[in-house]
Amino acid sequence: MKTYHNLISIALAGNPNSGKTTMFNLLTGARHKVGNYPGVTVERKEGIVEYKANCINFIDLPGTYSLNSYSPEELVARKYLLEECPHAVLVVVDSTALERSLYFILQLLEIGLKVIIALNMIDEAEKSGLKIDIKSLQNELGVPIIPTIARTGKGKSEILNAIIQLSVTPNQAPLKINYGQELEQALKKMTNLIESTNFLDFNYNNRTTAIGYLERDAEITNKGKLENPDIHNILTEEAIETTRITTSLCTYTPESIIADQRYDYISALIKNRINYSKRTNQFKRDFTEIIDRLVTNPLFGTIFLCLVLYATFLFATSLSEWPMGIIQTGFDWLSKIAQQIIPNGLLKSLIINGVINGVGSVLSFVPIIGLMFIAISMLEDTGYMARMSYMLDKVFRIFGLHGNSIVALVVSGGIGAGCAVPGVMATRTLRDRKEKIATIITAPMMSCGAKLPVFTVLSAAFFPNHITESLFTITILSWLFVFTVSKLLRSTIISGDSTPFLMELPPYRLPTLKCLILHSWERVWQYIRKAGTVILGVSIILWAAMTYPNITPEKAAYYQNSRTSITENDKLNNAEKETALHQLANNEAEDKLENSYAGKIGKMLEPISRLAGFDWKINISLVGGLAAKEVIISTLSTAFSIGEVDPEESSSLTEVLKNNKAFSTSTAISLILFSILYAPCFVTVVVIAKEAGVHWALFSLVFNTLLAFAVSATFFQISTHYFNL
Amino acid sequence: MNSISLRLLPQKSKAEITRIIAKGELAKRIRDIGLNPGTELEVIGKAPLKDPVAVRVRNFTLALRNNEADHIFVLPVQPN
Repeated sequence: MKTYHNLISIALAGNPNSGKTTMFNLLTGARHKVGNYPGVTVERKEGIVEYKANCINFIDLPGTYSLNSYSPEELVARKYLLEECPHAVLVVVDSTALERSLYFILQLLEIGLKVIIALNMIDEAEKSGLKIDIKSLQNELGVPIIPTIARTGKGKSEILNAIIQLSVTPNQAPLKINYGQELEQALKKMTNLIESTNFLDFNYNNRTTAIGYLERDAEITNKGKLENPDIHNILTEEAIETTRITTSLCTYTPESIIADQRYDYISALIKNRINYSKRTNQFKRDFTEIIDRLVTNPLFGTIFLCLVLYATFLFATSLSEWPMGIIQTGFDWLSKIAQQIIPNGLLKSLIINGVINGVGSVLSFVPIIGLMFIAISMLEDTGYMARMSYMLDKVFRIFGLHGNSIVALVVSGGIGAGCAVPGVMATRTLRDRKEKIATIITAPMMSCGAKLPVFTVLSAAFFPNHITESLFTITILSWLFVFTVSKLLRSTIISGDSTPFLMELPPYRLPTLKCLILHSWERVWQYIRKAGTVILGVSIILWAAMTYPNITPEKAAYYQNSRTSITENDKLNNAEKETALHQLANNEAEDKLENSYAGKIGKMLEPISRLAGFDWKINISLVGGLAAKEVIISTLSTAFSIGEVDPEESSSLTEVLKNNKAFSTSTAISLILFSILYAPCFVTVVVIAKEAGVHWALFSLVFNTLLAFAVSATFFQISTHYFNL
Repeated sequence: MNSISLRLLPQKSKAEITRIIAKGELAKRIRDIGLNPGTELEVIGKAPLKDPVAVRVRNFTLALRNNEADHIFVLPVQPN
């Protein structure tokens, strides 16, 4: 371990879309670690930089417009700033919107934090004709202000120097803004009491505590109540009294007056220091406005939105094809090697069917997830994502969802194929918890790439002349289910008003490639780590369930003897031998499956599942589908005794199903309905647990399955009794 | 001229915020993001279904629903 003269912790904060992440990457390089804040799924990024014998630890905080918190992300940022006392806060500001950013900066200065302002994208501001008198502003605020361009690296060493300089200067007195006669009187009384009792003096300066009470800040008042209920009550009463006075004078509550006074302070501050010359707003703004006029136009905008969604889907699915193929081939090759070097027996079966296939199935998802994330980051970073929510918000709100839900639903398979794993992860862009949960529970109902083969095979078997129409109907049906179920959930167990929609529409910008890739890689890596360990465990369990207990020794011996007698039968030619051996292997596989725990579970469920038209073989495949939806088709193939088939080329399964008397058209449709709705695959469930908590993961398992059963059983009963399908 | 609700402000017209009648958290959020009495704004667009609306304020663009706009009263600025 090296020892440093100094260990400086610097929080990176700022409004969303200010280039904060680019700045963080610039300062720390790629050397940083990503974790989560305890208890929430907010990413915590830290990076250590050595500079002139100092060690600076940068912490990237979630973007926020103010210290008041309305979402888990904002709460994380606030808690860090107030409770972990960083040496200084580097506020990254979009220079073109400096005026708005000053609100957050004032709040930081009021609580007495050391601040450095990075005037980011200064080139854009200059081009647009915005004149900022940096020197004068710096003197007035008493904080270093550094013009930067994070994309090109301009301003990096100036920031590092400023940090080191600031780390040795003493703390500045907190900024004091005059809140007008009524409030100042109350504040004086309150701070006197707070000072004489050392109330909450560990966390906040006295004026911050008093302002917190006037603003009815939940964090501060809850802390105060715990520390000293008596003083808490006196302060609360004073705040109520002040509210009574101000509302009778001007109808506004103290918290509104405080916010308005801060903005008045800002107006005075920027007067003659920020000048909008005639060209202001002309460059970037015109560019953005022209695009916006097109892409939010009712007709053209809607068409464009559909095109973007389709392009996103195409980008992720088509580009992921060959890397997925390579991974698949790699694992096939591994299986072959294992086949050769491991002696026959259970260990071999475990390693090949359990470990290699399990890990392989997780890793084969990586390319599509990675590409989906690149596409999502691209939509986010360019600013188009905000327009998508803007366009669709009205429609989605009717069903209790949010404009931002579109991303999760499309990624999950809303336009034909996708994957619910990145889909659920994409709900991070939803700020309201209820809307997020409604999206998370319904997104897996979309037809993901793994369910598609199920629908294709069944459509081919029962509607051979209408495969395309059938698949299209299934997609429409999925959307109808999503909207109905989310409306249902949002009017019952997660009811509540929709959260206010106040969202910035940032100017369009081209994201940097480095940022895109770095960002996507972090997300993918988290997926590999978390899902990888779980899926491995599950696939081993599944393997065991379908393997144990073994068939009786007598039966095993019977199959062995039959095999020998076929091979040694001289009356058969080679082709006939092969067919006979194949038939025998299938019989053995079916026998083994029926005898296994999975088979027993399938049989056990049969009395109930009959209501929906499912026999024990279908049950096994559906239970297997809990691990991964691909398993449905491969298990159906095994169970219906046609041996291993490639899910992509399952024409043989189609034939078998068509000719199987137990498998009617009603059964097929019932199975399609069930597959759309029932529990998400295990990887998705794991991701849901991470995003929304274990109880919602369990809820999605139970609720979605019960719903699926109710729908398919109702359909099956009606169709067999009344329509004789 | 009287103040009208922001919902009623036609596209492409400028106005100054006169009153915010929201209470509680919404009042705080509206102000936090930069909409205060005295602030000038311009409605620059509406979503295809006329909701939400996009306004230009303090040199950035903000989208808000009509539900939120109902709480904001503005005095239209006459074009010169």
